[in-house]
Amino acid sequence: MIPKIVNSPEKALEGVKDGMTLMLGGFGLCGIPENAIAELVRKGVKDLTCISNNAGVDDFGLGLLLQKHQIKKMISSYVGENDEFERQMLSGELEVELTPQGTLAEKCRAAQAGFPAIYTPAGYGTEVAEGKETREFNGKMYVLEYAYQADFAFVKAWKGDEAGNLIFKGTARNFNPNMCGAAKITVAEVEELLPAGALNPNEIHIPGIFVQRIFQGEKYEKRIEQRTVRPRS
Amino acid sequence: MLDKNGIAKRIAREVKDGYYVNLGIGIPTLVANFVRSDINVEFQSENGVLGMGPFPFDGEEDADIINAGKQTITTLPGASFFDSALSFGMIRGKHVDLTILGAMEVAENGDIANWKIPGKMVKGMGGAMDLVASAENIIVAMMHTNKAGESKLLKRCTLPLTGVGCVKKIVTNLAVLEVVSDGFKLIERAPGVSVEDIKNATEGNLLVQGDIPEMDV
Repeated sequence: MIPKIVNSPEKALEGVKDGMTLMLGGFGLCGIPENAIAELVRKGVKDLTCISNNAGVDDFGLGLLLQKHQIKKMISSYVGENDEFERQMLSGELEVELTPQGTLAEKCRAAQAGFPAIYTPAGYGTEVAEGKETREFNGKMYVLEYAYQADFAFVKAWKGDEAGNLIFKGTARNFNPNMCGAAKITVAEVEELLPAGALNPNEIHIPGIFVQRIFQGEKYEKRIEQRTVRPRS
Repeated sequence: MLDKNGIAKRIAREVKDGYYVNLGIGIPTLVANFVRSDINVEFQSENGVLGMGPFPFDGEEDADIINAGKQTITTLPGASFFDSALSFGMIRGKHVDLTILGAMEVAENGDIANWKIPGKMVKGMGGAMDLVASAENIIVAMMHTNKAGESKLLKRCTLPLTGVGCVKKIVTNLAVLEVVSDGFKLIERAPGVSVEDIKNATEGNLLVQGDIPEMDV
């Protein structure tokens, strides 16, 4: 067993510097690395390029980094629900690269799996494909998309062990497994950190080889964006 | 004329036994309410769940279980969770049988625009570009005209495209139409709507062949 535990978010984020490219897991506010984001805010690193499906809301998630103008460029598929984001984008303070959601996932996965690029049909014939190489396979057109190159990946899992093995919960899984091992250093934060052997190897979603550092988050707010319920009959 | 629930109810009849179905945000989400209870259907949400159930009871919502609209949901027996790459593998790999999504514009060549209004709204495409580029069975659910009363069924889209030549069927508040090689083929009229009404609300080429039946909704 190769131990991966670090004792604090400060240790976990050691080496994160201005101008770096970061991957951050999560869909909306679901499954985001809350503690890593808090530490990025505290550290005050700036000029960051963030690869994340969404950009949080005004006062939570990546919105916290936007408030402090720490992000130079966002690479996302959907950025609604964030007024500060919109303001920075329209004023030109923030560079934004919109990427189809499945392409974003696959550009992470390609980096994880050692593929330099992938062909996808998504975006063919649209402005997303402008200036990109295209190719026909079996009568259908595809766009060449390159694997991401990132310095750090910050992911959030439900349970993890000291060997860095991870198990995700519900739809909080989303992009998190695809970002593990897709950057030079992967930092996983978990709700419950267990000794090696406590997790059943058959049930592990991401093996520890893809994770360099793991820590247990102090607390998780898990804010809900659209609380939708039905009445009890 | 149909309301949004009426459109959803008509589309629900296109959902067949054994189908895996992806529902977009808006009118498409309502389709789940009208699917026959005697058939087996699983709803996929591209953020990573198959086997979506109804919204949770008050107090039972779980922040870790949401749909692509970020709404809290429940799962049904047989459900599964998965990562985003696998989710779009299901879509790109054509394992999802039917995709229902909204649109701002559809053109008579099957082009669709639904993600951006230059200078006004840029929220992003989310999973829409992946869905329309890959799915073979796409139904667009939308109002026939926009808030200004202008047709959303056009000769050519004016907004930035989401996908090219991909829409096959459209259900609006006025009609059911199929996209064929030379335009929008009128299949059904909404209750109380005449062929003339539909012609007037359609900018693209409308093909009317024989008697057009009224929808049974």
